[in-house]
This record gives sequence, structure tokens and C-alpha cells, in this order.
Amino acid sequence: MTKRIVILGGGTGGTLTANRLHRHFRHHGSQHQPVEITVVDQDDHHVYQPGLLFVPFGLANHSEIVRPRQAQLHRDIEFVQDLIDHVDIHADTVYLQGGRELPYDVLVVATGAILAFDETEGLTGPGWNEKVFTFYDVAGATGLAAALDNFEGGKLVVNVVDMPIKCPVAPLEFCFLADWYFTDRGIRDKVEISYATPLDGAFTKPVASAALASLLEEKGIHLVTEFNTGEVAMNDDGAGGKLIGYDGREVPFDLAVVVPMHSGADYVGRSEGLGDDLNFVPTDKRTLQATAKSNIFSLGDATNVPASKAGSVTHFEGEVLVDNIIRFLDHEELDSAYDGHANCFIETGFGKALLIDFNYDTEPLPGHFPAAVGMPLLKESRMNHLGKLMFQWVYWHALLQGRDIPGIGADMPSRGKEQPTPPSTRTTQGASA
Amino acid sequence: MTTTLTTTTLAGVAVQVNEEGFFEDPKVWTPAMAEEMAKADGLDALNEQHWTVLNFMRKEFFEKGTGPTVRVLGKTSGVSVKDLYLLFPKGPAKMAARLAGIPKPKGCI
Ligand SMILES: Cc1cc2nc3c(=O)[nH]c(=O)nc-3n(C[C@H](O)[C@H](O)[C@H](O)COP(=O)(O)OP(=O)(O)OC[C@H]3O[C@@H](n4cnc5c(N)ncnc54)[C@H](O)[C@@H]3O)c2cc1C
Repeated sequence: MTKRIVILGGGTGGTLTANRLHRHFRHHGSQHQPVEITVVDQDDHHVYQPGLLFVPFGLANHSEIVRPRQAQLHRDIEFVQDLIDHVDIHADTVYLQGGRELPYDVLVVATGAILAFDETEGLTGPGWNEKVFTFYDVAGATGLAAALDNFEGGKLVVNVVDMPIKCPVAPLEFCFLADWYFTDRGIRDKVEISYATPLDGAFTKPVASAALASLLEEKGIHLVTEFNTGEVAMNDDGAGGKLIGYDGREVPFDLAVVVPMHSGADYVGRSEGLGDDLNFVPTDKRTLQATAKSNIFSLGDATNVPASKAGSVTHFEGEVLVDNIIRFLDHEELDSAYDGHANCFIETGFGKALLIDFNYDTEPLPGHFPAAVGMPLLKESRMNHLGKLMFQWVYWHALLQGRDIPGIGADMPSRGKEQPTPPSTRTTQGASA
Repeated sequence: MTTTLTTTTLAGVAVQVNEEGFFEDPKVWTPAMAEEMAKADGLDALNEQHWTVLNFMRKEFFEKGTGPTVRVLGKTSGVSVKDLYLLFPKGPAKMAARLAGIPKPKGCI
């Protein structure tokens, strides 16, 4: 009998998983009969999300970062465009809003995260998309480009409402690029930039957090820590407003760039037993098997694994997840192979970027990637900036196609990293610190 | 981050805590210890709502291995996020976890 693999979500994780599985079964055949792969997504616009960072500054255009989903999938993979209504994990069936039912032998949940605008009072109220923006979706990033263009000076605040968010370094990159952008326009002295974060530092991991905090300081960006936004309120004249923290602190702004709370997809909440309180899918952080049932796997932003919600993480997870799906179908033991590897370029403006590389046990450290000779880690360089730009090509042509990228694999390389001293007195914070 | 443990006396019992005051062993915690820590934090007394939150946090911790975040607390404990900040002015997730004798909730990266 044909084995049916249904993949929910045709974004980064769903696409690369489908293509990898397809390649495996085409080349190696299968001891168990033919395999059918179906990918479901609500629309046919695959967004290269890292590109959203560049849109507000006029460095990318939305048409450059969006491509049809189906074109990224091998033609033998079925693509279904519909909204997922819910999954019945007992009946091994996915129900689509259009009425179609998709029974499966293996389910892959790759529906990412949604932006939960409504969870913050006033966020989408008066001033929304006029003085208050997000750059986390195409419409927001495009609207913000126009607002920045018209901005002649005043207070710009960049705010993360709560963790987890996709690409936790992106709001910092936004600050650095804003510093460059206003300098380039000759009005940097007229703009006050603040970064308000719920974290107790610039970033989560101590060594990187310190390095990023000093970069903010160097660039004259004010860091507001442990700020938990309770409300976004506009002034009566509508010209500006303020973020009000739950502890009563206020951060005034003329233009606010807010990264809203994230949740898992709504249908996860309607699928009994599949998700947690925030609709993320509880998943084994090493095998990527969902805890709900042995024939369900999950990767990318949809999971609750304590790794960054990042494309690089999704990519590395994909290698392990595909291997484990094959093992599952072959009745073999799963491989606990995913080590939490994440690899992020951090754009710092003026044609430079930093690179951080880390996993569950090792925080981002200085040194070089992938070995002693390579790209500098935790240090600004032009090479890293070029790496970030090149990543878009790699994304469409290698990552989504499920091809291995030379030198960048699921296991984090340790060669080239400078170990902090003395290691024996340090307790690793895990990737969730 | 280095972890140094110190021993402190709470409700007459010697307890090991880390430099931020979080318990090393959640099992040695007693309600009387929470009352004492709350006083030191400037709260007059722990009311019923405080106890709802503290008990909920301990239950979640023993079931799931980690304490809930403020957002999850707001969704599931029966106390709204706004009220959580009034009850635990030093930041609900951290302060309530410390008073409940469980480790600092893991943020996310
Ligand atoms: C501004 C920004 C900058 C970023 N920068 C970087 C970076 O520099 N480096 C990096 O590694 N990562 C970066 N990321 C993160 C990266 O884009 C994501 O982590 C990655 O795309 C996650 O892949 P995914 O497959 O889990 O989710 P996605 O690619 O988001 O795919 C989820 C899919 O599920 C579909 N879906 C959801 N619900 C339903 C439903 N009910 N029915 C049907 N379909 C549904 C959606 O339409 C979507 O296509 C950035 C993200 C943002 C927002």
C-alpha cells in the first residue's frame, strides 16, 4: 500500500522537507511501496522572510522576496491550496476548510508562527500603519518603507512585545540599519532610536548579549530592558504616542516599530492533543517527533523546541526530521541527532554584519566559522554582510530544494570557536536561556 | 553565567539558593518560606490571588519541568496579566517563580 505523507505548511520547513523526502524516495526507492507526498498551504506566496528586514529601508522590494510556492516543490509533489481546519490525531486525518479530507501515515507540522497582534492592547488601534508598524509581514514592511521615507526626525522606538519571536536578532538588525539609514540621509542627529525589549539584556545569551549591547551603545541606540509592553497608546493629537509597560514605565515615540507576540497557527488549537497553550507543537528537541503521537513530526517555527525560530534552525532540523521519518517508516529507532544548531547573520549597517553560530549547549562565541579560518564570529565584517546577502540565493536554490550546503550542516562545528575561560565553572544555559 | 549557591535561612530552615534567590531544590519549599520571602520583597502578606498563582506555578513546574511565562500564566492561571503585575510588581514570572520555590522560567531565544 502507498504510504501517505502529508506536510502542513509550504514555507521554509514544509518545502525543504517535501523536496528532501521526494529525493530520498526517488533515489533509494522504498522497502515499503510507493510514497505520496502532499503539501498544504493557505496561499501561493512563498515569502523569503529574512528579506523583510531590508524592505523598510528601500534595500529590497516586496516583489523580489515573494515567489510562488508550488514552483519551489518538485512537480511530483502534490500541492493543495486551502486553509487547514483541524487535524484529528486519532483518525490520522487532516480536515481542510474547503471540505477535503487528507488521511495520512505520517504528518509533518510546518505551519510556522502567526503574529498575535490582538494580544497587545491598542496595537492595531488608532495610529496602526500610520505611526505604529511591524516589519514582520509584507504589508507592514512595505507601509513602513513609506513612513521611514517621510520621517524627518523624532523618536523612533523598536519594540519586542514578548518572546518567542521569529529571528530574535531581526529587531536588533532593524535598529542598526535605522542608524545607518538616518546617517545616510544626513538626519541621524535629529533621530533618537530606542530598543525596548522584555529581555534583561540586548540578547539572550550572555557573551553575544554583551557584544550586541556595546554595539548599540556605539551607535547611540538607547537600550530599554525588561520592558513588557501592556499597551500602545496614541497621543490626542495623533502625532505620536507611547508604549506603556505593565510596570507603569512609558516609552514615548513618534514612530513605533513593534514585533508582536507570536503563537502557533490557530488550527493547532482546534486540533485536540496537538498543541500547547500558545498553539506551538510540543516536540522532542533531538528527534523532532511530536509528543502527541509517534507518526507526527514537526519543525521550524511551529514547534516548542528551545531553539531560535529561524530559517537556519528549520534547515538543520529538516535534515534530522527527514532521516527520522524514513526510520519511522522502516520501523527503526529514531536518531536523536538535532543538537539545536543555529547560524545567524546579524546585519549591523554600513555594509557590515556579524555572524553567530550556536546550539543547545554552546552559546554564541567569538572565533571563526566553520573552522579556524573562515567567517569571523561575533565581529563586524564586510564578509559577513556579503554572506547575508548571498543567503537569499542559497535559500531559493539550495535550502528549499533540500540540497546540502557545503560546510553548513546540522551539527554545529566547534573548531574555530574561542572557548570562554574557565569552562568548568560555567553552567551552560541551554538554548532556551 | 556561573552559578554560585548560597545558604539562606527561611522559616527556620537552611535552604540553598542561587545568586538571584531561586531555589536549588523546589522540593524543600514550604508555604511559610514564601510568606517570608514575600515580606522581604516588600509585600505585606500573600492573599488568595497570590496563592492561586504560586500553586499554579508549582503544579505547572512539576508537570512540565519548567514554570510558565507571564503570557501563559495570563491565559491559564485565571489571573489576568495586568493583575499579575499588580500582585507581583517585580515582574510576575520571575518573582512568582522565586516565591514558589521553582527555577527561573526559561525565556526563549
Ligand atoms: C523579519 C524576519 C526576518 C528573518 N530573518 C531571518 C534570518 O536572517 N535568518 C534566518 O535563519 N531566519 C530568519 N527569519 C525566520 C525564518 O523566516 C523562519 O524561521 C522560517 O521561515 C520558518 O519556517 P517555517 O517553515 O517554520 O514557517 P513558514 O516559512 O512561515 O511557513 C509556514 C507556512 O504555513 C502556512 N500556514 C499556516 N497556517 C496555515 C493554515 N491554517 N492553513 C494552511 N496553511 C497554513 C503559512 O501560509 C506558511 O506558508 C526571519 C523572519 C522574519 C519575520
